[in-house]
Amino acid sequence: MKPPMLEIVNLKKVYPTKNGPFTVLEEFNLRVDEGEFVAVIGHSGCGKSTALMMIAGLNDISDGDITVEGRVIQGAGPDRAVVFQSPSLFPWMTTLENVMLGVRRVYPHGTRKQQEDICKYYLNRVGLINALDKKASDLSNGMKQRVGIARAFALKPRVLLLDEPFGMLDSLTRAELQDVLLEVWNKEKITAIMVTHDVDEALYLSDRVVMMTSGPYAKVGDVLEIPFHRPRERSAVMEDPRYYDCRGHLLDFLNGHDKDKLRDNPSPSATSQITVSPQSDTNSTEMALGKI
Amino acid sequence: MATKVINFLSLCGLTWFVPFVKLASGECPKEQLREILSVIGIPVVSVLIFFAFWSFTAAQIKTSLGNLPGPVAVWEASKTLIAEHRDERAKEKAFYQRQEERNAKRLAKDPQAEVRIRKYTGKPTYFDQIGTSLITVFAGFLIATLLALPIGILCGLNKYVMTAFSPLIQIFKPVSPLAWLPIVTMVVSALYTTNDGLFEKSFINSAITVALCSLWATLINTALGVASIDKDYINVARVLRLGNIEKIVKVVIPASLPYIFAGLRISLGVGWMVLIAAEMLAQNPGLGKFVWDEFQNGSSHSLARILVAVFTIGIIGFMLDRIMVVFQKLVSFGQDVATA
Repeated sequence: MKPPMLEIVNLKKVYPTKNGPFTVLEEFNLRVDEGEFVAVIGHSGCGKSTALMMIAGLNDISDGDITVEGRVIQGAGPDRAVVFQSPSLFPWMTTLENVMLGVRRVYPHGTRKQQEDICKYYLNRVGLINALDKKASDLSNGMKQRVGIARAFALKPRVLLLDEPFGMLDSLTRAELQDVLLEVWNKEKITAIMVTHDVDEALYLSDRVVMMTSGPYAKVGDVLEIPFHRPRERSAVMEDPRYYDCRGHLLDFLNGHDKDKLRDNPSPSATSQITVSPQSDTNSTEMALGKI
Repeated sequence: MATKVINFLSLCGLTWFVPFVKLASGECPKEQLREILSVIGIPVVSVLIFFAFWSFTAAQIKTSLGNLPGPVAVWEASKTLIAEHRDERAKEKAFYQRQEERNAKRLAKDPQAEVRIRKYTGKPTYFDQIGTSLITVFAGFLIATLLALPIGILCGLNKYVMTAFSPLIQIFKPVSPLAWLPIVTMVVSALYTTNDGLFEKSFINSAITVALCSLWATLINTALGVASIDKDYINVARVLRLGNIEKIVKVVIPASLPYIFAGLRISLGVGWMVLIAAEMLAQNPGLGKFVWDEFQNGSSHSLARILVAVFTIGIIGFMLDRIMVVFQKLVSFGQDVATA
């Protein structure tokens, strides 16, 4: 039998602190099949980004295993491309050069022309074909993140890791970029894991939403299959009656863990972090729950 | 057009001229005049007050070489220095002309005659000395940069290297050029034994002393810049699995250029300051030697001539700093650079 694209078994992360070791994650298990889009949602500080960075190989694993296609990962690599929360483009390079840097590593034997064509293909898909020679420092935040998406896809990774990719954008740009991401992804169907704390974003983009319990000792608390067919269209998804069932499910889980958390540890810090996209502001009763 | 000129002027830190450009391009004259008065008027007034104060106090101070020269005496001395420079150049030209004529005559008489071309051996003028000083400081600065950049990058990349270099940096950074020079002199005379070498020993001594004193700022700033690169950039480099060389050339150096140039700017300033002392002791024929010779000379004009050198050193130092500011701004991707 073919091994799953990505398998995480008993993943554990411990940070040493002044007050002794602090366990962020424990017994974190996840299995992702090829071509699946998984969203990981949870409160801020629950360790979801930590888990993603461990999959990327950018953060050390304290215990447990991460395998990609049956092979244990060794450090970071272009087979697990990352779209970072801040676009992390090199401001001294142009749009094209930023994408080229990775493409030249992944296709070292291609001619310069072939490499450039790959970059241009993806930059065209994200709508930046007219900004190839602009310095990255001159781009708006939304455009920078478009380049970030193009750069990740151009690597032809086995797994695409998205770390709150739209967290720094305003809501209009965020919706725009969700559509851009979905459009590119529909063509490529690259196995993707996205960390987010936007409930609507998770519902709109993913096949499965993994809900994490609040840390410390965070783990997978619940998993929800998203029933909408692909290719998806935002308006159709929003009008689907199942949308609000799913949304309610996610919010119940998150708010439930708020209460647990508040009971255990009366600090209100992590409770305000779950956001709900504004496009549903007017017609959602769960909104009030989401904003607590 | 006006906007372009203004941008260029602000890039060079010559913001004084901005209101003039605005005035010329027809922007609200009243506002620009007020701007001119405040940006230019205040410095002009303060300098005038300084001159008056200087003129008054100088007249009160009697030295063994006569009164301390005031602004007028210094101004006269600078004119004399320029005149001496012109005379010397004229003499040099005349010398070569005579030599050429003599040789031409000799060749006309006997085509086999041995023609000797001698170099003019007049004393260096003030402007030659300025030139020598500039060449020396750039040579020292170049040596300092070539040493400091690679070591700084290594220190910034690896904390063990940093720990290893840290005590050396701490100890050698505050050492005065005057302490280095005798050691440098002895080492250079031991190792550089040819007498007809490409460079004068005094030049090498001064340049190395400048390098030893000025490399620390670049080294520390480079290490700091490299160590404080945005972690995301390093993460991107790790995801792309860039090789070490490519990582340094394409990511580390460009990302730390603003810090590196801030360090280079300090280094060049320190180097220029140290140079004068080094030249005095090493007898390198630059501004330092000029000051020393005038001091030894002890004529009634000496102090005025030394003060000309003081102003020259100050103005050149200021211009060098401005040049570095331009570079620093060019690599800073829109961040602010302090120009004071």
